[in-house]
Amino acid sequence: MKTPTREWRIEVAVRPEYPDPDGHGALDSIADLHIAGIKDVRLVNVYLITGPLTPPQIERVASKLLADPVTQYYAARGPIAPPLKGRHAVAQVFRKPGVMDPVEASVRKGIADMGLRADAVRTGRKFLIYGAPTKTELRLICDEALHNAAIEDVFIGDVEIPHSPAAPEYKFQRREVALLGVSDARLMQISKEWTLSLNLEEMRAVQRHFAEQERNPTDVELESIAQTWSEHCVHKTLRGKIEFEGRVIDNLLKTTIFAATAEMKKPWCVSVFRDNAGVIRFDARHNVCFKVETHNHPSAIEPYGGAGTGIGGVIRDPLGTGLGAKPILNTDVFCFGPPDLPLNRVPPGALHPKRVMKGVVAGVRDYGNRMGIPTANGAVLFDERYVGNPLVYCGNVGLIPRDKCRKGARSGDLVLVVGGRTGRDGIHGATFSSVELTEESEVVSSGAVQIGNAIEEKRVTDTILQARDKGLYTCITDCGAGGLSSAVGEMGAELGAEVHLDRVPLKYQGLSYAEIWISEAQERMVLSVPPKNLKAIMKIFRGENVEATVIGRFMRDRRLRLFYHGHPVADLSMDFLHEGVPRLVRRATWQKQSHLEPKAKERAEYGAVLQALLGAWNICSKEWIIRQYDHEVQGASVLKPLVGAANDGPGDAAVIAPVYGSRRGLAVANGINPRYGDIDPYAMAASAIDEAVRQIISVGGAPDRIALLDNFCWGNTDKPDRLGSLVKAAQACYDIAKAYGTPFISGKDSLNNEFRVGDRTIAIPPTLLISAIGIVEDVRRCVSMDAKRAGNILYIVGTTYAELGGSHYYAHLGYLGNACPIVRPTEAPATFRALAAAIARGLVRACHDCSEGGLAVAAAEMAFAGGLGMDLYTMTAPRPAEVDRDDTILFSESNSRFLVEVEPERTDAFEAALKGVACAPLGRITAEPVFHVRGLKGRTIIRENIAALKEAWQKTLRW
Amino acid sequence: MSRAREVRVCVLRTAGTNCDYETAYAFEKAGARVERLHVNRLAEKPAALDRFHILALPGGFSYGDDIASGKVLANELRHRLEEAIRRFQRDGRLMIGICNGFQVLVKAGLLPGLKDMQTQATLTNNDRGRFDDRWINLRAEDSVCAFLRPGENLYLPIAHGEGKFVADKTVLAELRTRRMVVVRYAAPDYGPARGFPENPNGSLDDIAGICDPTGRIFGLMPHPERHVEPTHHPRWTREGLQAEGDGLKVFRNAVSFVRRDG
Repeated sequence: MKTPTREWRIEVAVRPEYPDPDGHGALDSIADLHIAGIKDVRLVNVYLITGPLTPPQIERVASKLLADPVTQYYAARGPIAPPLKGRHAVAQVFRKPGVMDPVEASVRKGIADMGLRADAVRTGRKFLIYGAPTKTELRLICDEALHNAAIEDVFIGDVEIPHSPAAPEYKFQRREVALLGVSDARLMQISKEWTLSLNLEEMRAVQRHFAEQERNPTDVELESIAQTWSEHCVHKTLRGKIEFEGRVIDNLLKTTIFAATAEMKKPWCVSVFRDNAGVIRFDARHNVCFKVETHNHPSAIEPYGGAGTGIGGVIRDPLGTGLGAKPILNTDVFCFGPPDLPLNRVPPGALHPKRVMKGVVAGVRDYGNRMGIPTANGAVLFDERYVGNPLVYCGNVGLIPRDKCRKGARSGDLVLVVGGRTGRDGIHGATFSSVELTEESEVVSSGAVQIGNAIEEKRVTDTILQARDKGLYTCITDCGAGGLSSAVGEMGAELGAEVHLDRVPLKYQGLSYAEIWISEAQERMVLSVPPKNLKAIMKIFRGENVEATVIGRFMRDRRLRLFYHGHPVADLSMDFLHEGVPRLVRRATWQKQSHLEPKAKERAEYGAVLQALLGAWNICSKEWIIRQYDHEVQGASVLKPLVGAANDGPGDAAVIAPVYGSRRGLAVANGINPRYGDIDPYAMAASAIDEAVRQIISVGGAPDRIALLDNFCWGNTDKPDRLGSLVKAAQACYDIAKAYGTPFISGKDSLNNEFRVGDRTIAIPPTLLISAIGIVEDVRRCVSMDAKRAGNILYIVGTTYAELGGSHYYAHLGYLGNACPIVRPTEAPATFRALAAAIARGLVRACHDCSEGGLAVAAAEMAFAGGLGMDLYTMTAPRPAEVDRDDTILFSESNSRFLVEVEPERTDAFEAALKGVACAPLGRITAEPVFHVRGLKGRTIIRENIAALKEAWQKTLRW
Repeated sequence: MSRAREVRVCVLRTAGTNCDYETAYAFEKAGARVERLHVNRLAEKPAALDRFHILALPGGFSYGDDIASGKVLANELRHRLEEAIRRFQRDGRLMIGICNGFQVLVKAGLLPGLKDMQTQATLTNNDRGRFDDRWINLRAEDSVCAFLRPGENLYLPIAHGEGKFVADKTVLAELRTRRMVVVRYAAPDYGPARGFPENPNGSLDDIAGICDPTGRIFGLMPHPERHVEPTHHPRWTREGLQAEGDGLKVFRNAVSFVRRDG
């Protein structure tokens, strides 16, 4: 007899005697809301299963698959008995229909492996909130601590939840958009209604193009053009014309960032600014590629999903570079509002910074760890202006055989879409990322938000690398912003393509052909496959449960043709699509502002200031984040993010040796300091490059083998002053990259990072992230930052200038100041070369770069990381005569400086190696655990126990 | 002199396995011949397992650790590969599960294996409630395990969110009396751990790894394959380079056990 299909509800809870971390996490978040009387929270996992299952079978599923026999209990019928006694409220959280739920597929697989069948699975979380919250409080708890309305629904009480909400069917209808003959006002209205983010001139160009064809565009043609022309995809601001200081800059990127690289002609640069990531030579057999992307807007609205898909997206960049690189390292840099910001300072529509931070960290953790890629380096910065617009930079390094770096689809190749299914998630991500966020964004843009499925991406990665090694495809790219539209459009730009949209596998029915084309659903790659290889490549994908589907073919007529069940829905010229975007002309201005200077008198003692700086959000230990990331998977780590006697000091660059058995290494570091940009964006950019490069030098990287990435996150560059600061920063990138011999190999920009509340906008501080990747010849020569042995000498390398503007010391005093650190392009490279040579000769025991907080913070970090004291003098530090105050020497953040530990018997050799470079001994490492500094007058100005300094540094973020 | 016997290792992988390469490398460094094999290939042809001496279940997030860590793969082994695994076990071959692989072995009932394929223990959420990457000291106990001899203490990293070993009192007592506790979290001098962070997850009885009653199936939460090179040590820049990483012992012992065992 056939078992009838039934709906089952299984609830699983942790037994009361075991800790319930999810419940506890919810309790923590509620505590941040200052609602009194909530004593505990317990989580119940809910599984809604639809299938032909009998009661004994569902009992087996519950007991053998869903509940742990030791720590959990379950109910296969009706609500579960609460784990704890006492009055409690109930809130159930379920993902909105259509939002990715990776657990669903795993539960179905588990049931299938048991020889049973489930047709649909839906999972949810039921929170039991112990206490007596009022209705209003319960609502606040649900909204602020338990669920995110952008992706989830909340139900109060033990109510029934629909099992599998049926998606409405889609009825084909070819839609045209009436562009011909309409007014400018109507054009702009269309741009807005369709979220095209095209300006009037661009809309007119589209109108002209179709007028020539004597027809209106279809919806999907218009969407394709908007995606391809989006700021996100073509960087039209930076490639446009900019009027600045009386001249016209024709293509800012080309004349600064690209120009530096082109003029340097480094033979080890393999592929720059062409592919999804920049590629440089690694060893005789391998190249490495590196890319950093941002995922700011999605992370603002749904931090967990936004950050997770941010890392997921950037991993697909190296995977889509050349014929595919193996991802080997992640790096992440985040900018948030201060986590202790009072609730009433959070603008309406924005999430609280602490919630954003926790969500972003968890999103990167869960995606990166599941992918098995070490997250070995990163940074976190805080500034109240990031409150509505957090920045989430995700980077990935890939390793690729040297003979797999060229690619190109050929006419006749099949278009193969591989990986996740297409759903309505992520529609309009590319165009959405090009507009300002508003208090409404959380509501209206939820389609742009996605949840990732790391395991899908892992499967895709595993199989693609096998297909690559067998040479089964000719070209590959990722489905990122713009979805299939961008991927097929790019791969077929020189050829043309036809695609049958009805063949694209869907997560659920109801998508229109246009939605299929522009959906940015995650974990998809597009390959061009010669027909003769189809059978072999499909075997690889099928063999590991990866879905792969032929959806079309590359042609030779340079046209993009789309069909839906045989009906033509688009016929576009590839040339217009890729070359038709009108050049933007923007105006830019920049005026140096004058800021107040502090009039602080010199103090007799700076220990308290040092403690305060060590505990500042921007300087404090990020161990809470670092340990949540697997930074050692793949077994390649050489220098970890946490170093020193107790494995908890702040390492400089991360170093890995990615080829087993080889001693050749890669060092990765980041430089970022938005505070300098408030004074001078040129100095900010120069300093960011210096910071990234000097971290690579600190660990033993070769100065002549360092490559850079730029990543501009700016406010609305339609505003001339915002654009002007960007121009200044780009000019610095050119100047300093050339002076340092460090070419840019790839980059990205994210503009319009502003948050509008009513008629007020909060712009982020202009933020340039410079990421650096360097080669280490022999990892056994690497040096870490922790002080090693009492009796060794501590040197300072580099000159300390009166550059307290934008420093953390001034921030501590409540000032910005004016003299921010600049880069001296003739001094710095000589310093780097000399120090690198000394490290390569084994003359250096420890090296730490001076950055946030200056010399004092760097030295204190070295001391407590090594569990040793220091006895230092400020008077020996090389400096110009006008530097005559101890606080300047201690806290100035002048660039190109290092603290270096040298054994007494090697000081002569070290000093000889550093000849001609500013370099002087500051004092010595001591066994006594005291950080002791004497000032210019010979008096003690700091005397602190290293345990106290370490505690100040660690306690801020000990969550 | 006779040629050393070839020791063949199967590193089993599936969706979400992510320590397969370094586990294979560690076994190769120990002299074995290693094949990385997808579970689907084994399910298609279970007899393929018979040609291996050692089955390794590496770390990672098999099937995303959805439902619970290791659960879906454990369920799959039980239902799709039961016969092959039983035969492998009966023939006295070796099995090692590291991190996620340990979770799989426990949830499949292969460890502790006091009763045939019944779950008698579990690995659950760390006491601190989150994923944790840190280095810990492991004391090698006097056990029946083929992979580690008493006193072969190890310094290794952990990287997990669900590593707290839990079993009831009778099971714990039996593990002790039958010498099935292989490694315990320990203090830096390898004396008893004094709570967090020496015992990083709250495991009962400080248990970091156990074996079955025969000593031929071994599972542990820490990652020996992440400490096979001298530069893996987090303090090699302070303490100098050792000849090789501590974790290599585990793989060498397994390979020599197979060679000796004939």
